[in-house]
Amino acid sequence: MNVTLMQSAMESSTPMHALRAATADPVLRVRNLEVTYYTDSGRAKALDNVSFTLNSGEKLGMVGESGSGKSTMALAMMRMIKPPGRIEGGQVIVGDTDLMSLDQEGMRKARLSKIAYIPQGAMNSLNPVMRIGAQMVDAVKSHLPGEPKAAIEARCRRALQSVDLDASVFRMYAHELSGGMKQRVCIAIGILLDPHVIIADEPTSALDVVTQRQVMETIDNVQKQINAAVILIGHDMGLMAQFVDKVAVMYAGRLVEMSTVREMFTDPKHPYARALISSLPSLENKGVFQGIPGLAPSLLRLPSGCAFHPRCSSAMAMCGTTRPEPRILPGGRSVTCHLYDGEASHG
Amino acid sequence: MTFKLVIRRLVFLVLVIWAASTIVFFIPRLSSRNALRERFGELARTGGFSPEDLEKIIANMNQQFGLDQPLLTQYWHYLGNIVRLDFGYSLYRYPSTVSDLIAQSLPWTIGLLLVTTILSFVIGNLLGAISAWPRAPGWLRGFATPFILLTGVPPVIMGILLLFFIGFRLKWLPLGGAYSVGVVPTWTWVFFFDLMRHQILPALALIFGSVGGWVLSMRGMGITIQGEDYVNFAEHKGLTAGRIFRDYYVRNAMLPQVTGFALALGTVVTSAIIVEGLFGLPGIGTMLNLAIRSNDFPTIYGIVLFITIAVAVLMTVVEFILPLLDPRIRHS
Amino acid sequence: MSTVALSPPVEKSIERPGSLVLFLRYLRRNKGLALGVIILLALVAFTVIGLLTVNTKNAYPLSVALKKPPSWKYPFGTDFFGRDLLAAMVVGMWQTAFIGVLAGGLGTLIGVFLGFISAYFGRWIDGSIRTICQILTPIPVLLIQVVIAGSLDKRDVTIVTMALIVVLLAWMGPTLVIRAQVLTMKERQFVAVAKLSGVSDLGIIFKEILPCLLPFIAAAFVAQVFVAVFASFYLAVLGLGPLREPLLGNIIWAAQSQGAFFNGWWWWPIIPSIAMILILGSLALINMGLDELANPRVRRSE
Repeated sequence: MNVTLMQSAMESSTPMHALRAATADPVLRVRNLEVTYYTDSGRAKALDNVSFTLNSGEKLGMVGESGSGKSTMALAMMRMIKPPGRIEGGQVIVGDTDLMSLDQEGMRKARLSKIAYIPQGAMNSLNPVMRIGAQMVDAVKSHLPGEPKAAIEARCRRALQSVDLDASVFRMYAHELSGGMKQRVCIAIGILLDPHVIIADEPTSALDVVTQRQVMETIDNVQKQINAAVILIGHDMGLMAQFVDKVAVMYAGRLVEMSTVREMFTDPKHPYARALISSLPSLENKGVFQGIPGLAPSLLRLPSGCAFHPRCSSAMAMCGTTRPEPRILPGGRSVTCHLYDGEASHG
Repeated sequence: MTFKLVIRRLVFLVLVIWAASTIVFFIPRLSSRNALRERFGELARTGGFSPEDLEKIIANMNQQFGLDQPLLTQYWHYLGNIVRLDFGYSLYRYPSTVSDLIAQSLPWTIGLLLVTTILSFVIGNLLGAISAWPRAPGWLRGFATPFILLTGVPPVIMGILLLFFIGFRLKWLPLGGAYSVGVVPTWTWVFFFDLMRHQILPALALIFGSVGGWVLSMRGMGITIQGEDYVNFAEHKGLTAGRIFRDYYVRNAMLPQVTGFALALGTVVTSAIIVEGLFGLPGIGTMLNLAIRSNDFPTIYGIVLFITIAVAVLMTVVEFILPLLDPRIRHS
Repeated sequence: MSTVALSPPVEKSIERPGSLVLFLRYLRRNKGLALGVIILLALVAFTVIGLLTVNTKNAYPLSVALKKPPSWKYPFGTDFFGRDLLAAMVVGMWQTAFIGVLAGGLGTLIGVFLGFISAYFGRWIDGSIRTICQILTPIPVLLIQVVIAGSLDKRDVTIVTMALIVVLLAWMGPTLVIRAQVLTMKERQFVAVAKLSGVSDLGIIFKEILPCLLPFIAAAFVAQVFVAVFASFYLAVLGLGPLREPLLGNIIWAAQSQGAFFNGWWWWPIIPSIAMILILGSLALINMGLDELANPRVRRSE
């Protein structure tokens, strides 16, 4: 197995008690979330019956190939799916509010205050013609219209401080900042209103390795300050392993496995997760990259049964015909695979 | 914006004015037509002085205006005059200078231009922005369609159509002229309203004739901008739709439109002048029309040069405004 | 490789449709382009059939009865000078097309030539061509054309000189467009490969770059025709056209000079106006459609 990553996962700064707090009231409950894109060439189910829960203070890493539904997931939770896409059903319950049941105005108010989104590619996420301060102030104002100006500004400066940015950034424009600083500004905006849930969509994808680490540490710090549940979307398993508590693996719009970091790296259950872990470079198999055979399937023409079966090394006869349903294994892990049909504690 | 850039722009402005002046100086001299001879020949035929007198008068005139000097000397003189906005004398209203004539008709043209240009720019950009805004209701977005269809119709033809339908058929508004026949220009409200009634159709012609272009270009810009990350992030931040529309979407889509405005100035002014001529409004356009009909060459050249200079100066002004709207230019 | 296995074999048996069918299919999606082409074809048909059946002499003064409103005998009416407006439209349309194609073609040719030289050879050649274009661009071209046309002897003003006057100051647009395209083209891999393998400059220009530029050249040509028709129309409206010819702008100028609306001869300016709207409208539609074809980024607009 993968020794270096396993170690880093175990040395992870997060204590394991956060995982055991599963009995506590979860701050985020996603139930049977479904998204379909209606394209000219047919319907594509980008998100298929996805469910999971997260407690406050928990950090979830969400991984998968591009097109596996990670970003769709984030957009669906923010209710920001644009036509031709449509949320077909499901619930996203933050605290005790189901976001899907809110009206337009209610959802607008919920964004940033209950559930915040930190965008992918910070390069272009800030308005080039407005000062950073103005872009923070207008965010606060839209949610707290009665707040006095001084209080709003103090709040913004506090947010900048907590992501280790100088107060002078408040008066700057986006083009005067480096990539890492812009990403920090986005994080600062994300925590302005102390949301219960923060979704960071590939927050480090456009940054260099050193800055990536710093940005991740920033997210880690602010998360501790406001004790929000964090969903980190990305494909850098190595970087993620050092910061998250749980890992969710997505494939073709489905959540195929969700486990603690340690379980995922030492004993992945789903064959796809297994293949992902073993394809990571490590000291042991250096020089030999083991890719996953085959191509990611097109969402327009998914294979019958389990979408992964044509690429799966442990595929059985039933995998081509019957769709596996997510099941919870003893210990609380969730796997969507026929291999564990017998072990399931309940379906 | 740096000092160096300001200097560069100003040098460019001088170059443009110099190029236009040079073209206007040399082209008539390449042609076989002699304005003085034509004018006085005509006078000789109608006014009865002999051909010998004609030659003397022309020689006299040539000397007076320095036309007997070498071409280069004339050219230097001419450039010096341009700097002082001195375009010489009108052939037809001899004692008055071309600059006087322009000064008389300029306020009319500026008034018409200012109102129509601002209205069509604002309306066009707003409609264009709305038509590309996916969150706007369908009926509102549909407003832009008729204007887009009008894009191909030049303001002059728009003017003729308006004259036909509103002036000729419905008889709601006058068919042309500055004010009604028989009305004496006085400082009264009656006269003022009569004056304004005559300005409505030309103004509408100019607005309808140019709105479509702005709608179309703003629509194209809007489609690009609404896909930008910062517009998306603004929605993630939970901003109200109005604020996203104004501060994130229109603010950014407008920037290229302002540059486009500077580039379109020449066409805008030209259209206004021709529409003025069509309606016979007092203004530069009617003056140009008369000058062309009466072969008053100094006036034609003077008007052309004056407008060219004005357009070039306005363009430079707009370019100086741009950095105020876009911090990226300010800091580069 | 499940996707490959899944591709249905049926597709192979379907024959690739011909290019005409593909073009027609494209037109169905690009409705603006289709409408523009249809209007333009109708105008061409009107002109051709007209030239074959109508007596073109009637397009000139004192050929028919004066000031007759539209009727069965004169479908478009006749004007103050005794011109049959139907014949005048046929001839005027033909002349407009002639000016447009001649001036548009020449302008595009000059633009392609200068754009290529500028972008391909770079350095001081590029610098000077670009500077000249930049200095000339802000000058209101039409007014300079007024100076040129006004300086000409009235007898020298013909359809051909009109076209030449228009070309004189209308090549900067295509030059800059083609220059920009060649510059991006030059950066592409295949040009570098051709250069490394010793293909001559001319070889690269004609074999590698020119074919890729055709859509842009076509778009530039249509835009130039539009500009030429527009400019010659404005010159004629100002009374600077060949006054005897039934050019559309001339007819409007004459109608306006005689106070057509004041005298109730509404058809006189309206008929050439409608013709002009159809011509410019179809060109604008085609231009926008070609833009979409040459520049797929615009295609996103539904």
